Parts: sequence; C-alpha cells; structure tokens
Amino acid sequence: MELEKNVRKETSPPMLPKKVKKKRKFWKTVIQQRALILMSFPFLIWLFVFKYVPLWGWTMAFQDYRPGLPFSEQEWVGLKHFKFLFQDEAFLRVLRNTLAMSVINLVLGFVTAITLAILFNELHNGKFKRIVQTISYMPHFLSWVVAAGIISYALSLENGIVNIVLQKLGIIDEPILWLGIGEYFWGIIGVSEVWKNVGWNTIIYLAAIAMIDPEQYEAAEIDGASRLQRIFYITLPSLKPTIVILLILNLGNILETGFEPQYLLGNPMNLDYSENLDIFVLKYGISMGNFSLATAAGIFKTVVSFILLFSANHIAKRLGQARLF
Amino acid sequence: MQKINVAFRSKVRYMSRGDILFNIFNYSFMIMLCIVMLYPMLNTLAISLNDANDTIKGGIYLWPREFTLYNYQYVLKENTLLNALFISVLRTVLGTAISVFCTAMVAYVISRKEFIFRKFVTIAFVLTMYFNGGLIPTYLLMRDLGLIGTFWVYIIPGIIGVFNLIVIRSFIEGLPNSLVESARIDGAGEFTIFFKIILPLSLPVLATVSLFVAVYQWNSWFDVFLYNSSNPNLSTLQYELMKILQNTNATMSGKTAADAFANASGQSNAVTPASIRATMTIIASLPIILVYPFLQKYFIKGLTLGGVKGE
Repeated sequence: MELEKNVRKETSPPMLPKKVKKKRKFWKTVIQQRALILMSFPFLIWLFVFKYVPLWGWTMAFQDYRPGLPFSEQEWVGLKHFKFLFQDEAFLRVLRNTLAMSVINLVLGFVTAITLAILFNELHNGKFKRIVQTISYMPHFLSWVVAAGIISYALSLENGIVNIVLQKLGIIDEPILWLGIGEYFWGIIGVSEVWKNVGWNTIIYLAAIAMIDPEQYEAAEIDGASRLQRIFYITLPSLKPTIVILLILNLGNILETGFEPQYLLGNPMNLDYSENLDIFVLKYGISMGNFSLATAAGIFKTVVSFILLFSANHIAKRLGQARLF
Repeated sequence: MQKINVAFRSKVRYMSRGDILFNIFNYSFMIMLCIVMLYPMLNTLAISLNDANDTIKGGIYLWPREFTLYNYQYVLKENTLLNALFISVLRTVLGTAISVFCTAMVAYVISRKEFIFRKFVTIAFVLTMYFNGGLIPTYLLMRDLGLIGTFWVYIIPGIIGVFNLIVIRSFIEGLPNSLVESARIDGAGEFTIFFKIILPLSLPVLATVSLFVAVYQWNSWFDVFLYNSSNPNLSTLQYELMKILQNTNATMSGKTAADAFANASGQSNAVTPASIRATMTIIASLPIILVYPFLQKYFIKGLTLGGVKGE
C-alpha cells in the first residue's frame, strides 16, 4: 500500500560489495539518522510499556492470581477459568447480549449509513445539503454520558418525547417505561447508535461516491435510466469495495459492542439484556477483584475478534473482493 | 431565487414525475432527520434556561416558559462542579497539545523513506490497533506505575493514537519531498525540518487530529471512574454528569441522591435534578458543538485520508 510516488527517489543506495561493509554501513546510517531515532525511540519505549507490557497480564488468566504475591509464587491452574466461563450461565447470557447487540448494530449501522449517504448525494441544493450534513454529524461529538442522558430523558415515562409523540399518533395508549423492559433494550441501543453515528458514518461513503466518474451518471441519464436505477446500478456497485472493507473491520470488532451505552443506559430492570462482555469484565475484575476470571473473559474477546478479522479478510480475498491486508 | 433555479433546470433536464416525488420525499426526510438530531439538544437547552420548579410541570419543548439563568449561576457556583470543569479544560488542552505534538513527531519519522527503522517502528505501532491487554492488566499496570490517583493518568496512556498517527503520516507523505531535500542541503537538521517545515505545512491535518483528541479528552469519563473515583479533586465534568444521571436513572423518579445534591446549598427546590442535568449537559457539550462545524472541511479530509490509506 505504500508504493507512493516518492519511492522512485533515490532510496536504493549505491550497491556495496560485501557483508562486512554492510554492517559498517548499518551503523553509519544509524549515526547519521540519530535525530530520527531520538525523535521516535522515546515513544517506542512508551508503546512497549503501555501497549505490550499489559499483554504479560494475560498470564493471570491461567493462574489463580492473588494480588501482592510475586509472579513465581502464583498458582498455575491451566484452563480452569475458561472452563468455568463456559459453564457459567451469567457469562453465556452476557455473550448472547454482546453478540445480539453487535449484529443489530452492525446491520442497522450499515444499512442506515449507506442509505443516508445515497440520499445526501441526491440532494442538489448545495447549501441545504451542507447544513443537513453538519447537523447530522452533531450527535457524534456528544459524549455517551450526554447522549445517554438525552436518550433516557426522551424515553422517560413522564415528559418523554417518545411517549408523547407515540401517544399523539395513537400508536400506544399508555406511556411505556422503555428502559424498564429488558426486551426493548437491544433495539434501544441499536437506534441510539444510529442516532449518534449515522451522520458521521456517511462521511466515508460520501468520499467513495465522490470518486465515481460523473460521466457514468450522464451516460445512464441519456440512456433513460431513472433516478432509482442510477442509484442501484451505479452508486451502490461503486460503493462495494468500501462496504467490504468496513464490513471486515467491523466484523473484527463484533465482540466490542462498546461499553458506554450499555453501561450508562443499563439498570437493574434491564440487566438481563444490557450486560455485555465489557461490563462483565468490569464487574468481576474491578468490583469483585476476580482478576483471573475477568482477564480470561477479556482474552476470549480479543482472540475471537482476531479470528473473525482474519477469516473475514480471507473470505474477501477468496471472493476477489477488496480487502484489508 | 430557488424557483428560478428549478424552472431553469427543468428546461435543461427533464424532471419526471418520479423525480419530483423522489425530491419531495428526500427533502422532507432530511428535514425530519434534522429535527430528530437537533430536538433533544434544543429541548435540553430550553430546560436549562427555564425555572426549575416550573419545569416539573412538564410541557417544555423548544422554548423556556419562565426564563432564568439561575441554573447556570447555581452550577457555576458549586465548587465541585467548577473544579470538575477546570480539570476537564486542563486535560483537554494539555492532553491535546501533548498528544498532537508527539503523534506528529512520530508520524514525521515514519514518513521518512530513508529511515532505517521505519518499518519496525510503523509495524510496532500498527499492531497495537488489533489487540490490547484488556481492562484488568491495564489497570494493574497503571497501579504499578503509580499513575492511579494522579492527573497524568488522563494524559500519558493516550499520548499517541495509532489512527491519528496514520492520518498524519499519510498527510506528510503527500507533501512535496523536495522541500525536505532542499532544507537538508541547506544544512537543516531533522528537528529544524520538523519544526520549521513539516509542522506549519501540516496545520490542516493537525487541526483535524486536534479535534479528534480534544473531543476524546473532553468526553472521557471512564478513566476518571476507573482510576480516580476516590479523588474528587480530579473529577471531570462528564464524570460528575454521569454520577447525576446514574442516580436519577437508578431511582427513575429522580428524587434521591441528586435531590440531596441539589438541596445541599440549603436553597431547597431552587434547582432540581432535572434542571441541573440539563444545565450540565449544555455546559458539557456546548464547546464541541460550537467548534466542530468550523473544522468540518478538515475532519472530512482527515477521516478519508486515514480511511483510504490506513494499512
């Protein structure tokens, strides 16, 4: 991916004959580039400490970790915690919630963002288009704390705008305590995610649409293609590579439903549907101090994500589609 | 003006009945969309500007019924909240400045094709996009490093964001290489080139990344909750807001802890949890809402740059 125009500039040094010289040349280059090394190596140390060292903590999942004991005195228990997880009803429920919310978010998120991007593209009044787009990005910049506050207020029993509107429209007779009924929770999260991010998610599709050659549309128009035909036969197919790449990326994140909306909108009444993997880890790890079990659940999440990412990428490769790497 | 435009266009381009229907649908849909996106914020704004006792009666939609600035006066007088606001501003300003500077520096280094460790450094960073140690190991690391209970736990762990790194690198790679070459011939060192040439030329992308980082810093509450919940001096606005929300959510009627909080100053019922929530929501989101439209051009570019070229 890095075959940029600069490559042809003199990157290949004059050929040196033997290995001895090569080694000496290496050190010469190092000294020459000491400024670049000075600029990046402190951050490599930072990277190592903050991103790679925590991986060592994975060993906790295979121990009965007790805080305070040195590493050598920890008791190794093999896969005990993983076995426990898969027999634990609470974990299986959490896994179900995570998967369900992921799939709902994924499908809803893709469909709405692509649709909205296409509808944006069909707006021909430039100023109106810009204003609508700017407004649609707004919720993305709000924190989940703010968004959750707004959502729970909009869904509240008294004064909640959702209940008021639905009652005025005659769809429901009595106001509904939306966040009090577990079965509604997945849908609420799905809609909330759409509300917050749909505008933002159109950006990448709009960029892809902007790359389409306008002549294609002109030719189709001359041939008598209707607006919808143009959308279905030109715009959508041109978006396919972008969609595939984003799909792969998102499949890798399928167990990362996010943590904030579920945590902030969850309450004891919808607990059975709102708790996801991250909340499980937090509860067992930080609140109950069962570090080993929580870490095992975390590892499970990362490993599954990795497998999904690579298999989705592999399948895309097989199908001859655009792919990530 | 608009009419003339449409009339003119309809002469040039044939507008079928389907086209007209589609346009009507599309424009109405967009207006609906704007209402759905904007209404909750406008409603919150109206509540924050309305008398607290009057709000309880309900029926406040887009406009305050009994206008008052008392809610804001109250919130901005409360020491806890004022301190939280200060910490929020501090972490946003410091965090953004440090992070953008450091990320740009590393991005410059990995954009130099001749750099001998270029590949190694790039891969070391990019790899971390695909895995992380997880909550517990990270928590223990912060504890072992002595960062828990300090302000720096907000800044240091997030110094470099890999996505931002790729965005800036892509931008720098797009700059004409001859600038760097000629500066080098004139005897400029890497630091001079970075400070005098690369940084000024990269302002558009730095603006984008600053926005991303600033939004992240301003909106964070989880790290406060996780690392500093026992140290009220380091609380942030979002975390205080989150605590109020959790209290009102848990009781549904919203009349316990937040109520006690509201009554703490002795002025009973002058403010209510609902109006404090609304006021804090506005304070917590206004800075971003005011800034992002002006950076729109930049962040769209930055996002597509990172999206298209990111490994």
